[in-house]
Amino acid sequence: MSILDSKIPEGPLADKWTKHKNTINLVNPANKRNIDVIVVGTGLAGGSAAATLAELGYNVKTFCYQDSPRRAHSIAAQGGINAAKNYQGDGDSNYRLFYDTIKGGDYRSREANVHRLAEVSGNIIDQCVAQGVPFAREYGGLLDNRSFGGVLVSRTFYAKGQTGQQLLLGAYSAMNRQINRGKIQPFNRHEMLDLVKVDGKARGIIARNLVTGEIERHSAHAVVLATGGYGNVFFLSTNAMGSNVMAAWRAHRRGAFFANPCYTQIHPTCIPVSGDHQSKLTLMSESLRNDGRIWVPKRIEDAQAIREGKLKPTQLSEDERDYYLERRYPAFGNLVPRDVASRAAKERCDEGFGVNKTGEAVYLDFASAIQRYGKEKALTSGVENPSAEEITKLGEKVIEDKYGNLFQMYEKIVDEDPYKTPMMIYPAVHYTMGGLWVDYNLQTTIPGCYAAGEANFSDHGANRLGASALMQGLADGYFVLPYTIGDYLSQDIRTGKIPTDTAEFDEAEKHVTERISKLMGGSGEHSVDYYHKKLGKIMWNKCGMSRNEKGLKEAIDEIAALREDFWKNVKVPGTANSMNPELEKAGRVADFLELGELFAKDALDRRESCGGHFREESVEQDGEQKGEALRDDKNFKYVSAWEYKGEPKDAELHKEELVFENIELKTRSYK
Amino acid sequence: MNLTLKIWRQKDANSKGAIVDYQVQGIEGDMSFLEMLDVLNEQLITKGEEPVVFDHDCREGICGACSLQINGEPHGPDRLVTTCQLHMRKFNDGDTIYIEPFRAKAFPVVKDLMVDRSAFDRIQHAGGYISVNTSGNTIDANAIPVNKQDADDAFSAATCIGCGACVAACKNASAMLFTSAKVSQFALLPQGQVEATDRVLAMVNQMDEEGFGNCTNTGACEIECPKGISLENIARMNREYVKASMKG
Amino acid sequence: MGGLIQSSIARKVAMALSGLFLVFFLLQHFTINLTSVFSADVFNELSHFMGTNPLVQFALQPVLIFGVLFHFIMGFVLELKNKKARAVKYAKYSGGANSSWMSRNMIYSGLVILAFLGLHFYDFWIPEMVHKYVAFAPEDPTRYYPELLHRFESPVRTGLYVVSFVFLALHLWHGFASSFQSVGFNNKYSVSATKFAKAFSIVIPLGFIIVAIVLHLTH
Repeated sequence: MSILDSKIPEGPLADKWTKHKNTINLVNPANKRNIDVIVVGTGLAGGSAAATLAELGYNVKTFCYQDSPRRAHSIAAQGGINAAKNYQGDGDSNYRLFYDTIKGGDYRSREANVHRLAEVSGNIIDQCVAQGVPFAREYGGLLDNRSFGGVLVSRTFYAKGQTGQQLLLGAYSAMNRQINRGKIQPFNRHEMLDLVKVDGKARGIIARNLVTGEIERHSAHAVVLATGGYGNVFFLSTNAMGSNVMAAWRAHRRGAFFANPCYTQIHPTCIPVSGDHQSKLTLMSESLRNDGRIWVPKRIEDAQAIREGKLKPTQLSEDERDYYLERRYPAFGNLVPRDVASRAAKERCDEGFGVNKTGEAVYLDFASAIQRYGKEKALTSGVENPSAEEITKLGEKVIEDKYGNLFQMYEKIVDEDPYKTPMMIYPAVHYTMGGLWVDYNLQTTIPGCYAAGEANFSDHGANRLGASALMQGLADGYFVLPYTIGDYLSQDIRTGKIPTDTAEFDEAEKHVTERISKLMGGSGEHSVDYYHKKLGKIMWNKCGMSRNEKGLKEAIDEIAALREDFWKNVKVPGTANSMNPELEKAGRVADFLELGELFAKDALDRRESCGGHFREESVEQDGEQKGEALRDDKNFKYVSAWEYKGEPKDAELHKEELVFENIELKTRSYK
Repeated sequence: MNLTLKIWRQKDANSKGAIVDYQVQGIEGDMSFLEMLDVLNEQLITKGEEPVVFDHDCREGICGACSLQINGEPHGPDRLVTTCQLHMRKFNDGDTIYIEPFRAKAFPVVKDLMVDRSAFDRIQHAGGYISVNTSGNTIDANAIPVNKQDADDAFSAATCIGCGACVAACKNASAMLFTSAKVSQFALLPQGQVEATDRVLAMVNQMDEEGFGNCTNTGACEIECPKGISLENIARMNREYVKASMKG
Repeated sequence: MGGLIQSSIARKVAMALSGLFLVFFLLQHFTINLTSVFSADVFNELSHFMGTNPLVQFALQPVLIFGVLFHFIMGFVLELKNKKARAVKYAKYSGGANSSWMSRNMIYSGLVILAFLGLHFYDFWIPEMVHKYVAFAPEDPTRYYPELLHRFESPVRTGLYVVSFVFLALHLWHGFASSFQSVGFNNKYSVSATKFAKAFSIVIPLGFIIVAIVLHLTH
């Protein structure tokens, strides 16, 4: 029996959440005024949690490293947010959203959590509209929907190509209201450097004021970590430059188990790397796959010629192109889930069919969509016998209306016109399904320490469906955590303010300052980025889209060696008691150097292929699915939760067996 | 390409700053402007000097963190981009580039090229919200139909990323485009009507208190805005303000 | 004056309204001036009316003077505040890349107009006031046209007037159209309104210039 208690309520799946809400303890409004909550991270999960907790009456302190909560990286989400509203009448329901999410996650998530997510998804949309989020609408004034990869209904709500920004501004506006009331005290340009535990419970944090370098103590009755994912362990990812694992990792070192670290989502449609100077990758929304067709040349010589600039993609005829997704997955075609599309692109490029200078890019072509829309438009707008140019022009207009901002972004970065020549795309690290292990109440294994949004592991299993990250962040923050945290805080109504002049805070602060002096005191040969890039290379090559035992073992050793070198030779200029971005980066990379090792260890342990985790040793040997990922439900139907034991490689594995009572486990087939 | 950079260096808010010259070599056209600065910083770190501090985060033009007045224009000479999306192919070998922080009394320099834009946050704290509880027990989303044009206009106003280019570009360091975008988003939606009067008065009042200059309709903000926020929003806010003043 | 109207938007609207009022006055002034080119009698008649009608003299004139003073003083108050809003200047500032010279230099075109008003008052208004209310000189309804011609005798003065009108045009080019935006007028008629304002800001100052030159040559 595992020491992990997921605290999933009893009863039928659809009633669990309602029943749970009805039976957990509440805190009376007068007592809430005496209870403090710290929320670290102000993205969709943190921002919405902070606003809701403050609205309920708790005293909330928020922390973010950015200069404003509104800049958290949730802002970069483009495509949309799922909700089982069934406004389109296409047969959607809570159950279907639940089912799609479990299946999309390759049966590696908790049924109860996912069902709750589906249940509250509709409320999110109601809430956001009431807040003034300007979702896209139809001419009748009602909300518009679009469809996303891996599902058969249209349930995605969107605000052009910047749904994330609009939802975050909504959560931020809710925060504004509470800041104005004095119920939220925002600490911007502050970074959490450690979690403080008193009597085994999370009771505060140590934070660094990034402007002055001052180390501050903040106490609270509970600490919520909503600090996002750790994709930057790969150096190049679609995450923001500052996105980091520090808060989660510090909590992990203090006793919070880290779950499924190896589950990484590699998004198929990113702008390819252009050179060594590259600092970050840019995503092109998955919605592009609704209209774009993905291909590489059929003949390797053609690919070679394109790479050398001797041939243009538009010169290749239909017969000379390999629409490999349509060929391999006739049922879903270009709309297969992200992990499948990414691996297929890598497979083609590894075989030598890549189409840019670096050989790591495939085409996303809108030519046939332009023709199709052009003809349709000509027909509906009554243009008789349209010429080829007219059709192209009309079609381009339709495409521009749908994806104009994305095309413009592409052109600015790549300096090619995607209306005239196919886009080039390549997979990139985008999201991490793994994170701090939490129970049904979103509490980590440290009492009083909660994790929400991408920072926890809870809802997406081994692969996240498009437009579900925003849904989960807001569900956790608006509708789950504010209830469940009350159950815990109800014990604290008589506790009184937590003092910060105690031995526990002294110890934590000492730990933090020692670490900073150690970072500042390196003998100074290489910059922080030098190590970060090296780590990224190891991760990408050995823990990336496909993994094998040999590579993972090498990765563990290489990362450990790199970490040792880092602590000896890193060079951090400037001082600790002033604004010092290099010091900030150094602290974050130091944690990535530990997490990376645990990541590889977890990937090594999981000798099956599931979702975003692909082990070369575990593939279907024959039949229609030959060569596709092979899941092993008999041996790996569990959540791996790692307990910190000093070095990452010594971490102890705890297994939470996943129980599927409502869904039959099947092989994911998109053929 | 090789470039001469004239960069504003300032130790902290209380120190005096100055322009310092730097040379960078081997810059490629495919680099973003910030990646060019990364190259410079790597050089400086190797030499044991403090790297140039600047705000940046998402590097895909949406978080609004990056700023920089480049050759006298916020986010540089390209249009509808933020500094992180500005690519070096817009410059030529041998160019001299001035890089300064966004300048405004309301945006004090934190260090080097990084400024404190919390004035924008305080304007939003003052009234940038609709007072609705986050209980989820609001009415169904489709119970409030919104005219598509209004919804689209509200969205256009809401695309503001709060970077401060409008203030930096304005000869008066006025924050009218930012504030009006925030006011407009709510003013255009039925949900925002209830508090419209108080909102515009409170937000304009806060904007004035922060020490921004006055709008003289030069239109520089609209041209330099990386999201193309329209001057129409300022006209709308003026209208809303006059209406509100008469009421309240 | 700044104390009465505190908020930035209220001041902006007040600048626009006083500006629009002055634009209207310009039109009226120009209409009378124009008659001098065609008929000395009509000019005399109108000038006599304006100079002696108690409503014009004791109601409209003070309002106009107040309007002028308000527009100038508020203009200075705002300019000072705006200068203070950017304490440290840019080492390099490319205003020309995003805005017109006219829009950025309203204070300078305004100062030239202010200087011109000094000259203009010295030329016409002060002698008028002295004539009527200090010296109590007898009213002669035909004196206006000869006085006018006399003023435009000097090529230097005529030249100064012409230059001033050029600056007036520059000031109007931005100011007139901009006042619509300030009062919140931004709709489907805005494009036409702006075109009208731009045309006005060329035609009226040009008209003043032609009248000045014609008068100079007539003499």
